[in-house]
Order: sequence, then structure tokens, then C-alpha cells
Amino acid sequence: MSQVIDDDPRIIEFDVRTDEMLVNMGPQHPSTHGVLRLVLRTDGEIVSEIEPHIGYLHRCAEKIGENISARQFIPYTDRMDYLAGMNMNLGWSLAVEKLMRLQVTEKARHLRVLISEMGRIASHLVGMGAYGLDLGTFSPFLYAFREREKILDLFEEACGARLTYSYITVGGLTADLPPGWLERCEAFLEQFEPIIREYHALLTTNAIFVKRTAGIGVLSPDMAINYGCSGPVLRGSGVDQDMRRDGEPIYTAMYDGYAFEVAVMKDGHYPRDHAYPAVPADAVLGDCWHRFFVRMLEVVQSMDLVRQAIDQYSACKGPLGEPVKVAEKIPAGDVYLETECPKGQMGFYLIGNGSAIPWRVRARSSSFSNLSVLAELCHGCLIADVPAIVGSLDIVMGEIDR
Amino acid sequence: MRGPAFLESLEAAVPGGVVGTNLEAIDPWVEVAPAAVADVCRWLHDSPETGFDSLQCITAVDWFEPDPKKAAKAGWDPHLELVYHLWSTRARVSLVLKTKLPRWKDDQPGVPPEVASVAGIWRTADWHEREVYDLSGVVFVGHPDLRRILCPEDWEGFPLRKDYEMPLDYHGIRGR
Repeated sequence: MSQVIDDDPRIIEFDVRTDEMLVNMGPQHPSTHGVLRLVLRTDGEIVSEIEPHIGYLHRCAEKIGENISARQFIPYTDRMDYLAGMNMNLGWSLAVEKLMRLQVTEKARHLRVLISEMGRIASHLVGMGAYGLDLGTFSPFLYAFREREKILDLFEEACGARLTYSYITVGGLTADLPPGWLERCEAFLEQFEPIIREYHALLTTNAIFVKRTAGIGVLSPDMAINYGCSGPVLRGSGVDQDMRRDGEPIYTAMYDGYAFEVAVMKDGHYPRDHAYPAVPADAVLGDCWHRFFVRMLEVVQSMDLVRQAIDQYSACKGPLGEPVKVAEKIPAGDVYLETECPKGQMGFYLIGNGSAIPWRVRARSSSFSNLSVLAELCHGCLIADVPAIVGSLDIVMGEIDR
Repeated sequence: MRGPAFLESLEAAVPGGVVGTNLEAIDPWVEVAPAAVADVCRWLHDSPETGFDSLQCITAVDWFEPDPKKAAKAGWDPHLELVYHLWSTRARVSLVLKTKLPRWKDDQPGVPPEVASVAGIWRTADWHEREVYDLSGVVFVGHPDLRRILCPEDWEGFPLRKDYEMPLDYHGIRGR
């Protein structure tokens, strides 16, 4: 009699399902994008609860900021989101400039747009390549890094560093572009543009990729807003918000005279979507596929902005301007500024008390809030979908732990 | 709805909630009484005319000068300040709320002050309040799961306090 029960496949499956188990992923798991530890409570293959443990990369950046001058803090911002150092430099510089009521020259403004949009392309390429890696395909990673390498070469020519740039700084930039840089940048864009089709063929329209991402980890717009999600995670849910357009005047003024459309699905279609692959039938607004697709659209959008910036920058006759002194005093008062970094809205809160050293420095990390929604997204999903969902949030632990 | 009209309706919704404002600052702010934080936030979130549906950031600032000479000239009494940065995705406006807390509850050093949690209003506050508790030492009453988030669970003290001293030893690792 017992033999009959054991062989019944329904009973065996039932046994597996009721076996609740705690599964530990990380902190050194290849698909957790850094040192992130996830503890899953699983029931068979179904995840019932997920608990992220963070802090492995905590380096006390805010405390350090209370002990050095505002300009000396620039290299520490590089090390927050180390995949988009330029954008982090820009966020901090603008926050300090907002407190100092400082305005950079026209030439510096266009150069900042040019550099930070290049940084966005580089960051999204890593996001895309690493996402393929999470889902078990290696090639997109190599394709993405091949092109990112060329951006890093351009950055190296401009400022000497490949990862931690400290190029954009309070009051402007540390140096002007070397001769011939613009031509090399244009040549890169020329060569890069047709390659985006390859990315779409490798991932966006790949049947396996669509199966792994479409309809998985659906984030509703209300939940995204309530959890403070931002950047491609928020726009992937169909919320039309981009700080480059909706942010504070000091930041949006940087993009004055630039034409760009926010990459978000409106009335069932993306801007200029005729040139891109169609949205697969299984995809639901707010799922992993849409978050990924928004990033891909932003690569094209940033290329367009870089081209505009090259024109604007070349037309500037004035000087680039000098950055402030390292020990420049900052006035008393407090300012908060959020900028649109590749991963989302990065906020810096800064309190000055009249000396060179800020009284308080606070970094509001976009990935921090984007990751906090993970528990909601993974409730009831399959274990195999957890890397797909974590990857689609495109987090960087250096920014979360600071 | 901006400026005085906004303050009047806030005052009408939560009587005695607003204790100070600075509308001339670079980022104008409203100071609320610590006991009114939850009510003010609930109204700001729910009221259709304000609709602050997003919380950007919670910051704790330790206003304490360890050097007695500088403290005498500082111009403020030691206290802890919580700063809430709110954002409305529909109206695309921001609002800064501040509230002042004592540095230690009932002046007992080591006992963190308490304030109501807003994690039930904005889920962003869940992790942000855990971080503030972890680094600055503020207990958020009503928080679903208040524990350290960045520091190890057995860490002692609140590192972002101005009088914090790094431990000499942590599990055999030299601190300073």
C-alpha cells in the first residue's frame, strides 16, 4: 500500500511543495551585482519571502564628507556608483553649486552634458551586458563591454582615469578636452549606432530572453512611486518622470536648448518606436522586459544628446572657466538636489556652515530605493526568476551601501 | 497651491502642527512639531490638493559641537533634526519638512529619541528609517522592522552622531 502512495507523482510533487526551505543567495553570488545577500524563503520552486541584506560595501561616505571640503568629496562620489562616476560627480557638483549660487560657463555646461550622457551610455551598456549574464547568455556581455571600452578610452583621454574620473567638479571641469577628441567621439557614435541593432537581435527580441523577462516582476506605477523607485525602474512602469526635464531649475537649465523625449510608454507606445523592435505580446508594462527596454531606448536618446552637445560645445567661443579652490568656503544653509543618474534619481543633501567643510552630507541613493521594492516583486515568483528581477533593477552596491 | 495658502490649509488640517517656516531659504522648509509628524505626512500624502505621493529622502542631522569653545559660539542648542524631502510626481513640486528632536530621550545618553514612523505612508521610509536608526540613532515608533541596515547587527553606537567614537576593537579587528 505504501509503495503505491510513494510512486504517485502527485504525492511526490505535493511533498516537494510543502518542504519550506531557506535559501541563501550571496553575498558572493555572480548574479547579485556586487556583494548583496538575499535570503529566500522557498516552498518548492516558489519564493514566498525574500529578505535582502545589504551593507557589505559600507564605507561611511557621509561621515567622510563631514571631515573634508566639498570639492575633496568629489572622488568619493565616483566610488558610489562606480559604473557612472561622471554622473555622480555632476550630481554632487551641482548640489554644491546650488548652495554657493554658482553658475558655470556655457562651454562647461555643454561639456557636462556631453560627458554625462556618454557616462549614461557606458552605464546602460554594463546594465544590459550584465543582465544577459544573469539570464545565462554570455555574448551580450562581451558585445557591450567592447563598446564600453571605447567610451572609457575617450574618458581616459579627457581626464586620465577610466573608472573614477573626478572630471566634473565644483565650478566646472578639471580640464578641457584634448585636441581631436570631438572627432574621435563622433567617429565612435558613427560606429556604435548600427551596433544597437545587434543588441536588439541578441536580447530584446530573443525568444528565450523574452520568455525570461516578459510578464516577470511586474511593478505597478503606484507601487513604484510609493517605494521611491526612480530612473528606468520608474519609467519602465509607465510613469512619465525624468529629472532632466522635471527637476530643479539648476539641473534642467543644463539641458536648455536640447531636444529629447523621455523614454516612457505613453498610450501604448514608446516615443519614435517605429525604429525599434515591437513590444512582445507577453510583455506587461512594469515587467523586467520594459525596464530593460527603457534602458536600451535611453542609450539611443543619450547618443542623440551627445551629438547635440558636440554641436553646442563646438559653437562656444568663451572660456571653460576654472573650478573653485579645493578649500573654497561654502555658505551657511542647506540644499537638496536630485539629478537623473543612469540608475535613477541620485540626491545629495548638503548643509554648509560657512567653513570649507560641510556640516552634513547625505547621499540619497537611487539603487537603495529601487532595491527595497524587491521583496514585493519576488513574492510568489520562481527561484529562477529572482536573478532576472534583481538584474532588471540594475543596482550597484557601491551606491546602495555608500 | 504655494506659500501662505498652503501653510494655512496645513495649519487647518493639523492644528498646532507647524511650528516654524523659512520661505526665503534656497529650499524653503516647514518645521513641524515632532508629535505631529505622522499627521502632517498623512495629510500631505492623502490630500488631493497636495498629493505628495513620493518621499525622496529622510536625513538626520546631529546639531552638536563637541568642542566647548565652538559650541558657545554656535548659536543653537544641541539637538537632532530630521529632514524629510517630499516630492509630488503629479504636480512636480518638492517640499522640505523639518522636525527637532532631543539628542537623547529624557536626557539619558545612549537612549535614542523617538518619533512616529511614516513607513505606513511611503514605503520608501521603511529602509530610510532603518538607515537613520542605524547611523544616527532615532527610534521610529510603529516601524514594521526597525533594525540596523548598513552596519552589522551587533554594532554599538550611532556613527553619524558628532560625538561618536569608533570602537577600539570589533571581533578582533582594530578600530583605531
